[in-house]
Amino acid sequence: MIDWLLEPFRHEFMQRALFGCALIGFTNGCLSAFIVLRRLALMADAVAHSLLPGLAVAVLLFGLAPAGLFFGALVAALLVALGTQLIARCSRVKEDTSLGLLFACAFSLGLVLLSLSPVRVELHHYLFGNILGLADSDLWVIYGISFVVLPLLVALERPLILTMFEPAVAASQGVRVNALNYLLVAALVLSMISSLQAVGVVLALGMLVAPAATIYLFADSVAALFWGGGLLGAIGSCLGLLVSYWLNLPSGACIVLVLGAIFLAALLFSPRYGLLARVLRRRHLHEQSLERWKPHAH
Amino acid sequence: MSSHRLRISDLTVSYHRVPAVHHLSLELRCGRTIALLGPNGAGKTSLFKALVGLVKPETGTIELGGHGARRAIRDIAYLPQREAVDWDFPVTVRGLAEMGRYARLGWWRQYAAGDAEAVERALALMELTELADRQISALSGGQQQRAFLARALAQEAHVMLLDEPFTGLDKPAQDMLGATLRRLAAAGHLVIASHHDLKTVPDLFDEVIFLNGELVAFGETAQVFTAANIDRTFGTQAFTGK
Repeated sequence: MIDWLLEPFRHEFMQRALFGCALIGFTNGCLSAFIVLRRLALMADAVAHSLLPGLAVAVLLFGLAPAGLFFGALVAALLVALGTQLIARCSRVKEDTSLGLLFACAFSLGLVLLSLSPVRVELHHYLFGNILGLADSDLWVIYGISFVVLPLLVALERPLILTMFEPAVAASQGVRVNALNYLLVAALVLSMISSLQAVGVVLALGMLVAPAATIYLFADSVAALFWGGGLLGAIGSCLGLLVSYWLNLPSGACIVLVLGAIFLAALLFSPRYGLLARVLRRRHLHEQSLERWKPHAH
Repeated sequence: MSSHRLRISDLTVSYHRVPAVHHLSLELRCGRTIALLGPNGAGKTSLFKALVGLVKPETGTIELGGHGARRAIRDIAYLPQREAVDWDFPVTVRGLAEMGRYARLGWWRQYAAGDAEAVERALALMELTELADRQISALSGGQQQRAFLARALAQEAHVMLLDEPFTGLDKPAQDMLGATLRRLAAAGHLVIASHHDLKTVPDLFDEVIFLNGELVAFGETAQVFTAANIDRTFGTQAFTGK
């Protein structure tokens, strides 16, 4: 049994994958605090889907070189994000509609372009990730992104908190709220690119939402959400990867499922904001009020 | 402190060239509680926004204690309406008060013992020390208003602008918040609150500003809070509660 549990740690590809998973999980987990507080989850999903045409164009132009893929995804996501703003500002169509429209089109365009590619591309890898196939260059991209995104978020913690909580008051104190929002979207795109390799376009959202959503059910401080989210993201992702190895299941899906299962447990059992605690508290109050109406024997 | 004045001269605030506040001039003394009265669309929120620097005035100037607008902004705290606040935000009462220090600390400067002292002092003044570790939604309406006042105090703001602070409070909570505002005024602060419940004005405020796009009347509550001024501000259907 112990042998079976320890087996994945003996393979070099698994060690590498676990290391990558921890780093991606941590970066995405930290960022998830702001995604949850700023309610950017759906926007994040749209951005994730819109990465695909960028990847496709990059494959057509440069083949499968990671630097090309990176810039392709970056440009595509930025175009969709900016296009959404442009349509929403210049017409009567609202932001959610233009976002939905653009990302569906972008995703479709990606599928068409990839089918035209002369290089044989495993579409599967982009859609659902392939953490076991991490190359050195992929690891460098992940490193680079983590070392840009994490210090940026830590340095901007105070103005970010003010902006998340009350944009108007933050602006009145001299915080450049719009610039900060754009920066957050940029950080989102970068982290998402780092998680592509692990969980793919379709599942990337899980790593960007689940960690902080879970901690949100326990803690009442943004710092706890940020660091706790990072830690949970790292641990949950590694655990998911191990589960996928032990049970011989797809890795991206296992990572997201483990994070989801932890969230579900928190939703049910969190002592402060869990459903069970809420039911028990209600019953307690009910019994207290019944107690008050009981006739007292003197 | 009470020699401080907030001087608004010829202030006009417009949105897309449509003016919301017209050539407003006022001189407000610190150490007073002031009600800002007017119907919807009278420019109350626009005036607040101009005072905290959220909108650029088309004409006019704002001075506090002889200093210009930029310096004044740091000394003016804005307390938003209850509906504008995300009460599920993961922040405790103490965390909220700590946010008041951010503007003084800037982005990176270490949160020091002096900051912690200022926060504790603000919490104690607002009688929130025992509730300091509660999440903000676990407070009553009146306590929530005091928590935001504690943040303004931690910010060392001199002027407090409150947007409809009494809305949704029951009578005891209203009385307590009223007493708190008076205490702040007695300590030298200038407290300006937009307000819509006309029958409570005489009990709560020293002075009244009637605003309807332009200034209708301003002065001591006893002298200015008259049926004629209410009528001129709100039109003939005004409800005074009498």
